Amino acid sequence: MKPRTGFKVFRTIALTVVVLSLVAPLIWMVAASFKTNVDIYDSAKALVFTPTLDNYGTVLQQANYVQFIVNSLWVAFAATALSLLLGVPAAYSMSRFNMRKSALVVLMARVIPGVSLLVPWYYVFSNLRMVGGFSVLILSHMFVSLPLIVYIMMGFFDGLPEELEEAALVDGLTHIGAFRRITLPLSVPGIATAGILSFIFSWNNFMFALVLSGADTKTLPVAIFDFVGYASIDWGGLMAATTVVTLPIMVIALFVQRYIVSGLTAGATKG
Amino acid sequence: MPAVTAPERAPRGASVMPDTPGWARWANDHRKWLFAAPAMAFVAALIIFPLAWTGYLSLTDSAGSVRAESEFIGFGNYVEVLTDTDRFWPAVARTGAFTGVALFFEVVLGMAVALLLWRPFRGEKWVRVAILLPLVATPVAVGMMWRLIFDPNIGLANQALGWVGIGPQPWLAGQHTALPTTIFIDIWQWTPMVVLILLAGLTSLSDEPQEAAMIDGASAWQRFRHVTLPLLMPTVIVAILLRGIDALKTFDILYATKGRGGGSFHEVETLNVYAYGLSFDYNEYGLSSTVLILFFLIIIGSMWALTARRKGAGR
Repeated sequence: MKPRTGFKVFRTIALTVVVLSLVAPLIWMVAASFKTNVDIYDSAKALVFTPTLDNYGTVLQQANYVQFIVNSLWVAFAATALSLLLGVPAAYSMSRFNMRKSALVVLMARVIPGVSLLVPWYYVFSNLRMVGGFSVLILSHMFVSLPLIVYIMMGFFDGLPEELEEAALVDGLTHIGAFRRITLPLSVPGIATAGILSFIFSWNNFMFALVLSGADTKTLPVAIFDFVGYASIDWGGLMAATTVVTLPIMVIALFVQRYIVSGLTAGATKG
Repeated sequence: MPAVTAPERAPRGASVMPDTPGWARWANDHRKWLFAAPAMAFVAALIIFPLAWTGYLSLTDSAGSVRAESEFIGFGNYVEVLTDTDRFWPAVARTGAFTGVALFFEVVLGMAVALLLWRPFRGEKWVRVAILLPLVATPVAVGMMWRLIFDPNIGLANQALGWVGIGPQPWLAGQHTALPTTIFIDIWQWTPMVVLILLAGLTSLSDEPQEAAMIDGASAWQRFRHVTLPLLMPTVIVAILLRGIDALKTFDILYATKGRGGGSFHEVETLNVYAYGLSFDYNEYGLSSTVLILFFLIIIGSMWALTARRKGAGR
């Protein structure tokens, strides 16, 4: 079906508006991060201004952001790796043995409000003297990562023909051997999808770190608030901080676009 | 059955099995639970047990410190919360308004954009990139970004209104404009999610019903209304379900734009923000647990209502 010319013109205009309204605020944020606070207050210098790196100097040196970047990377990486380790075999079992009730329990975690777990967690982990440490942050982020990974991988394993494993059994591999040598290598795209999404969700997570992190283990989304004072806001520093948090993840997203889209839409078309 | 019978079926593999140590055979036979158990144990320890505890706390007068003694008071908290027209019910109303309005615009706009992107065209790649950016951006950072744009004095939003001759608006700072502004931010960030889900649904549709309707002389709107939409309905419900659950639980952008308690007049205080404040600003653990259990029931209830409709639509 070939669209008509009138529709094409309308589509071009409409989609230009859509793209601009999605991208313009982000460009505004990045632009403000290169402005002095005086220029931010001056509407004449909205687009034409002398760029400065001062805000990034503040963020990276005074505000100790190098530490927070490392914290965020470590928590996101560890939570993702551990969730993959637990979640991929579990998703395999749930898919192959049709354990729909067990799967439902894991997936319920996507529905539960995080706050309802925080008070019990806080009690238990403060008694164990773990609050403020990395281990509790990683565990809390797994609450988001693990169900996500199980959900995506179950869909992936459902679509992977069992015949391949059966052929491996005929060739003398054990079931676990077939999983390890046949199924896992074939699942790399699914694992990449699940891993990338889990990493992004953990990187972006705010509430758990707000309660459970300490001054040294703060992750980036919490550290952003360092620039919001009671009386005034250091807008330049704040926009540099938000750029430092969002830009890396957006650049990564451009390269792994396909995986992110397939992860976010996983299971959506099964009806 | 599997490990033992395999060699019989495959003489070639016979040499493998006898060498297999006993523990590996045991593992092989019990792989179903061996694979699932670690994840299930994690879920039980860190999700089910804490949730049950929250349920218990909601029946006590626990407050001040989690270590302090607390007494079992039955449904006293529930009576207190359900008769609280000062904070609880307004929070319920805000949660409903936030979710309802945001979902409505996200689904309508998402459907429009998905339909525009349905057929391939030149430059499609760039539109898809732009759509992905808000989705992966950190919500707290997104909140801060809009806080600058909506700043009543220096923000771009009021400057832009000035160009077309409209006076400045208070946006996030106004008692009545704050909630709509946060809804706008949610729509900006999450409409792309709905676009991606609906686009996946559209792409999986076959062309034949469309072509048949075209031959019958159906207009573009008739084709959408009577062919595409009914076929796409299951995907629309999935999109509403996924987005709705997250919209009900919105916290990050509300906290980033209005701070604790949803602002000084609680103008954006939804159930999640209210429960968080009760727990960590006021240390009212009994009351906050009650709000959370009720909140949880509201989420489950709305999910149930939607999936019931979904089954009804499939019939």
